[in-house]
Amino acid sequence: MSETQIRSAAAAGHRRGDVVLSVKDAVKHFPITQGIVFQRTIGQVRAVDGVTFELRKGETLGLVGESGCGKSTMSRVIMGLVPATSGSVNLLGEELVGMKERELRRVRRNVQIIFQDPYASLDPRMTVGGIVGEPFEIHPDAAPKKDRKRKVQELLEVVGLNPEHYNRYPHQFSGGQRQRIGIARALALRPPIIVCDEPVSALDVSVQAQVVNLLERLQAEFDLSYVFVAHDLSVVRHISDRVAVMYLGKIVEIGDENQIYEHPTHPYTQALLSAVPVPDPAVRGHREQIVLQGDVPSPANPPSGCRFRTRCWKAQDICAEQEPPLLRRGASDQLSACHFAEELDVVHAVH
Amino acid sequence: MSTTDESHRHATATAATGVDTVSLDGRRGTARDAALDSIGFDPTAPLLQVDDLQVEFRTRDGVAKAINGVSFSVDEGETLGILGESGCGKSVTAQAIMGILDTPPAYVTGGRVVLRGVDLLTLPEETRRRVRASKVAMIFQDALSSLNPVFTVGYQLGELFRQHRGYSKQDAKKEAVGLLELVGIPAAADRVDDYPHQFSGGMRQRVMIAMSLALDPDVLIADEPTTALDVTVQAQIMKLLADLQAERNMGLILITHDMGVVADVADKICVMYAGRIVERADVHSTYKSPAHPYTQALLRSIPRVDLKGQELDSIEGLPPNLTQLPGGCSFHPRCTYARDRCREDEPPLYDVDGERQSACHFYAEVLGQ
Repeated sequence: MSETQIRSAAAAGHRRGDVVLSVKDAVKHFPITQGIVFQRTIGQVRAVDGVTFELRKGETLGLVGESGCGKSTMSRVIMGLVPATSGSVNLLGEELVGMKERELRRVRRNVQIIFQDPYASLDPRMTVGGIVGEPFEIHPDAAPKKDRKRKVQELLEVVGLNPEHYNRYPHQFSGGQRQRIGIARALALRPPIIVCDEPVSALDVSVQAQVVNLLERLQAEFDLSYVFVAHDLSVVRHISDRVAVMYLGKIVEIGDENQIYEHPTHPYTQALLSAVPVPDPAVRGHREQIVLQGDVPSPANPPSGCRFRTRCWKAQDICAEQEPPLLRRGASDQLSACHFAEELDVVHAVH
Repeated sequence: MSTTDESHRHATATAATGVDTVSLDGRRGTARDAALDSIGFDPTAPLLQVDDLQVEFRTRDGVAKAINGVSFSVDEGETLGILGESGCGKSVTAQAIMGILDTPPAYVTGGRVVLRGVDLLTLPEETRRRVRASKVAMIFQDALSSLNPVFTVGYQLGELFRQHRGYSKQDAKKEAVGLLELVGIPAAADRVDDYPHQFSGGMRQRVMIAMSLALDPDVLIADEPTTALDVTVQAQIMKLLADLQAERNMGLILITHDMGVVADVADKICVMYAGRIVERADVHSTYKSPAHPYTQALLRSIPRVDLKGQELDSIEGLPPNLTQLPGGCSFHPRCTYARDRCREDEPPLYDVDGERQSACHFYAEVLGQ
């Protein structure tokens, strides 16, 4: 494609396998305030509380967890949309934490996002051409003005839309097509990293596969790195190379897709995977079933020690006293934050 | 719920308390239940049979055939999964059985919904109201918007007993606490005076289930009961539903788009597409060897948590617009088996092997795949 030349300069020097994003001990606390005029901070919601991971060029990192576990906040911290309270977010060699807003604007072109809801994330009063071309307005150096329409039409073609629909409005498209518009917009600046925040969960089953396949094709074509945030563990397994499982603002287990799904060691990962229904009635009643009791505790007041201990069937005294660090445990290759990490097959029929 | 409706209900409730005979043993068998008995339900007749149901939406853009000849049956203790994408008519089917369609624009134009020998569609509205909740109850997808935010959970649960059984406020509240305990809400006696927003998503769905079970219905319709929930909570709710169903020997109609949930709990399955049932069979044979190209394509297009698959086989195109259905088979524009015949002839629901039906001219070929 002729557009490869406008690839962002920062990305050009990176090859497949290089670390493009490195997050270290990232913390994001949101203050809880009281009072209207004289606001006092009475607590902190610890949305992200010490998260460390790396993303390599060309790979997909799946970020999974239940609602409220901090995965969406994490993706916004990566994008520099919410500043981290502390820690380090290193994007292509530049430190985002503490960076000035002007600088951030320049750096942010390297990470783009695809949103969950294709109905709410497109401005109904803008044409498709306007929406997909808007990144060029913000970063005028990315494409000279006279080239923009052609570039937008190329983008539409890349994501499988008709370039002649340049002047149409979002309401004239179906959900799946709208998500393609969102993908075209995210691709416009040729970012090396794309954050996909639940990109298929609002789509119909028969359309999901189209969008998943498109994301995979684009990744291969443009050597993209994805941070794939989702709660659907089957889709995450399909698309991810590595997977991080989050619970109450922390990563409890991180490793290769195969390790996490075939040999999970953290009780939370095991519970999560065992709860995913398998579309095959033959395995019904033959899988390990772990039904967790109760709800996720409030991130404003997380339990001491291990945060999962209040719902964990393995919990002992040590779990309340010592927070288990994210370490390689036993014979397994992945990192797990459990004092009693032990492999358990929960996705296959076992008896 | 509008204020007038509310005051009307209160009026009827007060009027009813006068005639209700509150017996000593658990206060069942009030005048209200007698009214229900006079409908003539035959306890020996099949539980629920839906026969050639037709529903259309008369809109400004034309008439949309939302349901076009849907038939199925549910027996005691049986779980029927209705599977389909948004707009295929699965929720409209549920609403038509419940009698809660918005008219206009929706009109039931044909068919029968026979519960224990009585065609519900022929009953006058006031009688149908008595049937709702006490014979057929429903759980909605979005518990937050289905519960009234300005009344306590206990009040809303108790309303069923006050309305249908003519209980006093105190007795109704006692029943409400019992129901909350039944669905596993901790400290039910304290929480009965809480408002819906004070409950988490999973707990709210439990309240919805409590509400649907209040009057001991024979048939429970669950319309996407876990779609808005996290997977661990989904597992809790599905287990609760299965336990309660077994305990009460209810017929359960589970409406969902999630092929995994259906595979986990259903006994038999109806796959719907564009207002019609395209495949009807027991759940094992459907998943093992689908008899309709749509079911087959759906199963091939979803990733599985227990397998690392290759590229997903996506279904090209989009579900059709119901006001402009394609001629012949509605699925033909997206079907890999489509021939000339599919464009002209609308396939009937062929009998495949006595146990299962498929609305595809070439079901034998599909089965062979």
